[in-house]
Amino acid sequence: MAQARSHFGRSIAAHAVLLTYTVIALFPVFVIVINSFKSRKAIFSEPLAVPTPATFDLIGYATVLKQGDFFQYFQNSMIVTVASLFFVLLFGAMAAFALSEYRFRGNLMMGLYLALGIMIPIRLGTVAILQMMVASGLVNTLAALILVYTAQGLPLAVFILSEFMKQVSDDLKNAGRIDGLSEYRIFFTLVLPLVRPAMATVAVFTMIPIWNDLWFPLILAPAESVKTITLGSQVFIGQFVTNWNAVLAALSLAILPVLVMYLIFSRQLIRGITAGAVK
Amino acid sequence: MGALTLSNVTKSFGATDVIKGVDLEVNEGEFCVFVGPSGCGKSTLLRIIAGLEDASGGAVTIDGRDVTLLPPAKREIAMVFQSYALYPHLSVRDNMGLALKQAGVARAEIAAATDRAAGMLALGPLMDRRPAELSGGQRQRVAIGRAIVRTPKLFLFDEPLSNLDAALRVQTRIEIARLHRDLGATMVYVTHDQVEAMTLADRIVVLRAGRVEQVGAPMELYNDPANTFVAGFIGSPQMNFLKAGALGMRSDSMGVRPEHLAISRGTGQIAGKISHVEKLGGETLVYVMTDGQGLLTVRLFGEHDYTVDEAVGLTPDLSRAFHFDAAGLRMR
Repeated sequence: MAQARSHFGRSIAAHAVLLTYTVIALFPVFVIVINSFKSRKAIFSEPLAVPTPATFDLIGYATVLKQGDFFQYFQNSMIVTVASLFFVLLFGAMAAFALSEYRFRGNLMMGLYLALGIMIPIRLGTVAILQMMVASGLVNTLAALILVYTAQGLPLAVFILSEFMKQVSDDLKNAGRIDGLSEYRIFFTLVLPLVRPAMATVAVFTMIPIWNDLWFPLILAPAESVKTITLGSQVFIGQFVTNWNAVLAALSLAILPVLVMYLIFSRQLIRGITAGAVK
Repeated sequence: MGALTLSNVTKSFGATDVIKGVDLEVNEGEFCVFVGPSGCGKSTLLRIIAGLEDASGGAVTIDGRDVTLLPPAKREIAMVFQSYALYPHLSVRDNMGLALKQAGVARAEIAAATDRAAGMLALGPLMDRRPAELSGGQRQRVAIGRAIVRTPKLFLFDEPLSNLDAALRVQTRIEIARLHRDLGATMVYVTHDQVEAMTLADRIVVLRAGRVEQVGAPMELYNDPANTFVAGFIGSPQMNFLKAGALGMRSDSMGVRPEHLAISRGTGQIAGKISHVEKLGGETLVYVMTDGQGLLTVRLFGEHDYTVDEAVGLTPDLSRAFHFDAAGLRMR
């Protein structure tokens, strides 16, 4: 009985710590969301108050939605994120499979070379990338962003996935070979389903920086038709006057897709993070 | 022409030679067991036969056809793995039928073949389950079923019983022996367990460090081992090796199986003191620390009342003893 109670006490303590952390972590998001529903005056007079009937105002959302391009920005962000994610996962998994499965000359060097990308930020190469994009006529296209983000996401994807793929049973792959499955079938039907939790982990870690990035859209695709949501929200931030209602509303809306995608991946993600620890 | 012929097969990983030239002929319908301690290259040899590893040199011939350069799927073989290696996303039925489906066999024919195999292994009620819903023994039966369905020229088994518990192991062993009789197929079986080798094999190939030490029927190896390694590896408990010089023999060492060593409370050729007794009911194993010959094992049939620290005398049955020279080779 005493043991049960101490167990209960420890559980409360653990939850208290976790809840405190959650509150701290979510507080900025919370402030953004509540203020996005308030009038401009209320935002400045009492930034931490929740909207009341007196201060409730949808002017921010109205401004954002009236600005016809907002849906365009949204769509651009979606296209860039989903396409980059697709390519990162596809090529990352394929490279990881090759590195973990086949013995060839330079296997280790190739793995290290790909892992280097984790340590060197891609932004260091911005000037060269811009020159390349100008030379290939890709400036102000979504393709430019997709290419850059795919390159940016690959190192981590290859690194994480090759570790997981090493754990996939050799016997299983060999059984497939004896049964006459091609290497592609072995990869897509046997190996990929078994590393799905790792894929979800990589997907989340890849997706969030891409969605939030301001740097490359600003440099490579600043044109109106290809602006992403993060860049698009900047129109409300002026040098002299900032339309805070609109900025906060735009940011609140921008959170939604990430939230949805996170919920989709999260079940797998938890399995990925705890893989090996919990069997 | 044998069902499987290996001619001077070698395999190196970098500078390490794992298989150092193996020649072997396995006859049609034979049950051939590769046995040896871990790291002796038996699994590598099996994987070379299967085509999962390329041989560094030599040739593999299956049913008169040189398959050295063919991929595994084209060799008309089936393999059963230690870890079962069932496809987790497929039902038992689809697991068993996949190879035929890949080969483009008609659906009705696949169904007939899987049902026949399921009948042989009593898998009928499990056919629509996923591998995750099966016990270890059932999974291994499905893996064996998957091999049968293909009606291959050659069955390959890679330590198929190692993951099963003791009771199930004996049961599955008998099942494999029965299948071999019923199918009359050529089988190559890899194990490190000499009991499995003795009970299943028509012919045993004893491997050590990438070389064939001896090939022969189980009783040939038991009664006529070529060297100390085979003599020590075949038979359980292990053979006793005595220093022959101390007993007035010409040879370097003399091998006496535990069952051919007589024990008495009086005097014997070798005096010693009992250090441990294992009573198994049907047999009793007595471990005797001798003066000058180290620890020797005596195997007695039935129950015996020896106690630890008792002084005993041991007398080897010289007519059943094996003599070896300094290099460990048998002297005849």
